[in-house]
Amino acid sequence: MGVNAVPWLPHSPSLKECVGRRHDAPRRRPGPLVPRLLHVGINRWRFLTLNSCLFVIRGQPADVFPRLFKEWNMTKLPVECHSEPFGKEGDAAIKKLATAAGAEVIARMSRTLYDLDKIMELNGGQPPLTYKRIQTLISKVEPLEIPAGLVTKTITSEGIEKCTTPLSDDHNHKYGVSSLEELGFDTDGLSSAVWPGGETEALTHLERHLERKAWVVKKSSSLPLSLYEQLLWREFFYTAATNNPRFDKMKGNPLCVQSPWDKSSQALAKWTEGGTGFPWIDAIMTQLPQEGWIRHLASWEEGMKVFEELFLDANWSINAGIWMWLSRSSFFQQFFHCYCPVGFGRRTDPSGDYIRCYLPVLRGFPAKYICDPWNAPEGIQKVAKCLIGVNYPKLVVKHAEASHLNIKRMKQIYQQLSQYRGPGLLASVPSNPNRNGSFMGYSAENIPGCSSNGSFSQGSGILHCAHGDIQQTHLLKQGRSSMSTGLSGGKHPSQEEDTQRHQVHKIQRRS
Amino acid sequence: MKRNSLSVENKIVQSSAAAKQPKLGFYSSLNQSHMHTVLLDWGHLPHHVVLRIFQYLPLLDRARASSVCRRWNEVFHIPDLWRKFEFELNQSATSYFKSTHPDLIQQIIKKHSAHLQYVSFKVDSSTESAEAACDILSQLVNCSIQTLGLISTAKPSFMNVSESHFVSALTVVFINSKSLSSIKIEDTPVDDPSLKILVANNSDTLRLLKMSSCPHVSSDGILCVADHCQGLRELALNYYILTDELLLALSSETHVNLEHLRIDVVSENPGQIAFHAIKKHSWDALIKHSPRVNVVMYFFLYEEEFEMFFKEEIPVTHLYFGRSVSKAVLGRIGLNCPRLFELVVCANGLQPLDKELICIGEHCTNLTALGLSECEVSCSAFIKFVRLCGRRLTHLSIMEEVLIPDEDYSLDEIHTEVSKYLGRIWFPEVMPLW
Repeated sequence: MGVNAVPWLPHSPSLKECVGRRHDAPRRRPGPLVPRLLHVGINRWRFLTLNSCLFVIRGQPADVFPRLFKEWNMTKLPVECHSEPFGKEGDAAIKKLATAAGAEVIARMSRTLYDLDKIMELNGGQPPLTYKRIQTLISKVEPLEIPAGLVTKTITSEGIEKCTTPLSDDHNHKYGVSSLEELGFDTDGLSSAVWPGGETEALTHLERHLERKAWVVKKSSSLPLSLYEQLLWREFFYTAATNNPRFDKMKGNPLCVQSPWDKSSQALAKWTEGGTGFPWIDAIMTQLPQEGWIRHLASWEEGMKVFEELFLDANWSINAGIWMWLSRSSFFQQFFHCYCPVGFGRRTDPSGDYIRCYLPVLRGFPAKYICDPWNAPEGIQKVAKCLIGVNYPKLVVKHAEASHLNIKRMKQIYQQLSQYRGPGLLASVPSNPNRNGSFMGYSAENIPGCSSNGSFSQGSGILHCAHGDIQQTHLLKQGRSSMSTGLSGGKHPSQEEDTQRHQVHKIQRRS
Repeated sequence: MKRNSLSVENKIVQSSAAAKQPKLGFYSSLNQSHMHTVLLDWGHLPHHVVLRIFQYLPLLDRARASSVCRRWNEVFHIPDLWRKFEFELNQSATSYFKSTHPDLIQQIIKKHSAHLQYVSFKVDSSTESAEAACDILSQLVNCSIQTLGLISTAKPSFMNVSESHFVSALTVVFINSKSLSSIKIEDTPVDDPSLKILVANNSDTLRLLKMSSCPHVSSDGILCVADHCQGLRELALNYYILTDELLLALSSETHVNLEHLRIDVVSENPGQIAFHAIKKHSWDALIKHSPRVNVVMYFFLYEEEFEMFFKEEIPVTHLYFGRSVSKAVLGRIGLNCPRLFELVVCANGLQPLDKELICIGEHCTNLTALGLSECEVSCSAFIKFVRLCGRRLTHLSIMEEVLIPDEDYSLDEIHTEVSKYLGRIWFPEVMPLW
């Protein structure tokens, strides 16, 4: 008695359950018509679809599935649970269709190490906002299934031999992978994919990753993040995103500080093309479209969209999370500084080799000026055959000004959120509202055990705790929360109001 | 509206009958003739109750509520609700945020400008927004504003407004308010003459003045403020207008104790600005007069520009190095900043800062907050530092890659050791590098 199982976005756990009996297991992939994927860039599309045997069905899953259930006589539909909000909606809809057609849906998690809903449950229904927090929560969850347990149910070659995939003669015509041209990409002048995809490649990469050092050598004595830690980071971002369909947006995203990032499409275009005038940034932005590997750092939403288009491995939540993190819009860590493209470049790549590799126009500059060529005297520019402003762009933004401004703006925003009015910088970063599992915002229990140092008046008298998991040992006397002349402010209600509603205490200035 | 009978029925009926309601003739006659039988509803709450409720509502909800009935509409316009307003001025081309509606702005200027006391303007990076703010300012003639804030949320767009336009708008408020106590005008083209006008009209009331990054102000301009505004408690400015005379003026006998002094030390191009020195004697005078003052210094300099800083004792309490700072300078900080409370170093380099950090731990006995990134400290030195400071370190924000494991300590051990000395669980800051 055969079983027809159609894995949707095939993967091991639920597919394993189907294998073991003889059945047909065509592997297929529904036509992805989620608007986000319009951002998928050339490199990424190649990576995902080459070297695998796929049926690409064009059309909305909701329309296509009922037909396929019948046509292929499907009895089982193994699916992976989507943790991202748009995926969850899709999951629910498909489950409905499948059960209506009499097919059993086998849903297993494969994208994440842990059950994200369980993690959030342990954290009072909210995603943890610091890495330390998620570490603590995971220690309370059951340990992961060890691989050995799965070995017995591994898909063996005997098992899979019993599975056949009926391929008709016109398979490629009916179900072949859309060519790049079909999808509207310009393929002229495209070099062959530098990073071939497929599972075998992935495994090779994993091996290499475990032993390779990062391109930018950090320092010989510092330890790279272990693979487990990196996976845990991935988990962290997935959890934060899972119930938040607006994770990749600023507005309407309760996790994201509403920063007034400047909309400047001109500056953004320059940045995307590698024309900011900062060699370090431009080299990164040159490497990216050429090879598809992300070099982080750079308004974060727009940055994120650009990267999603160009980055091979862009999981949605991680992408959004990293961007928010790096632009310090969320997660309330003390990233109190902006990365200086000049200084960072100088420290991590003192010889300038990376820049020279991706920006050949700057090769003539000595190491002293390679990170800030605009400061090089004209004589040196001439010798290097590269005049700034002619052969290489002038600075898109004056960094000195920009970093000074940025810290002022970030402090402004943090102050609004934390209501801290004192002179300290570290103290103005708002604390993690998820501490102790309750979404109480800046409730009494969050006030830290810090000394209200007798010799200095602190303005507000309080330094807010900004570190995630600090155990509170004692409360401090705090300013009385009061409604100053009773106004909640004459502002236009913005998303800031939502965040402010979570604040329980307003700290007043002591005069 | 739901019709609920209120428990304080009698009282409310009496008060509503007694309250002056010239426009609501219908209601008052209704009350008088049906005093005990009429079902009281939300529309009959006394003004002060509705006012109290409105005070909890954001503006949009309040505005909606004001359309419910005439009574509530009256309450909406009670002056108490218009003491504080923040004008948000954004252009959709440059900002993700919405603006305060122009009709609302007009209404406020017409009906409520006399009530305004705490006013702020939030503008995006477009010049139009800044100009709109100036236009509103010029119309605030009949106000007694106490707090004024001009806030650029992104690029300093006020700097693109013509100086004369800006100054004339600002001085309207300076002249007419006569009770300004708190002014925030950072990143604006304010100049010395406008400061003179400010002083001439508000010298008794001025307590806070934030004007860092105002390139048209000179040291004379700010000295004028310090001389005449004896109640000034908080000041923020750039280093280039800080002088010995200013510190002495702020420490004169008749001057109140200064609470907060923030100094931005900024340079654009390396080697182009020579920084002047402030004499130790001036700092001493300041501390003698105001022993509890916070002195906050933000440095955005290139390494070679630090030459003359920290050569002598300086009473700084909060230090922030926004760019790279050299090992040598960090070494001087330990020896010359006895009042240091918070230190944040954004970047240094690849040489370990062990000695410098321990020196700071030994001498800066008030240090409670430390932030380190893009530099190196060996684990043993770091532990020694933490041991020196102990539990007074309430904020310890160290990027993980700063800590270099050595024979004595690995990164895991650091976490337990430091937590032990701090008396709380502590981890270094981690950033996901992919």
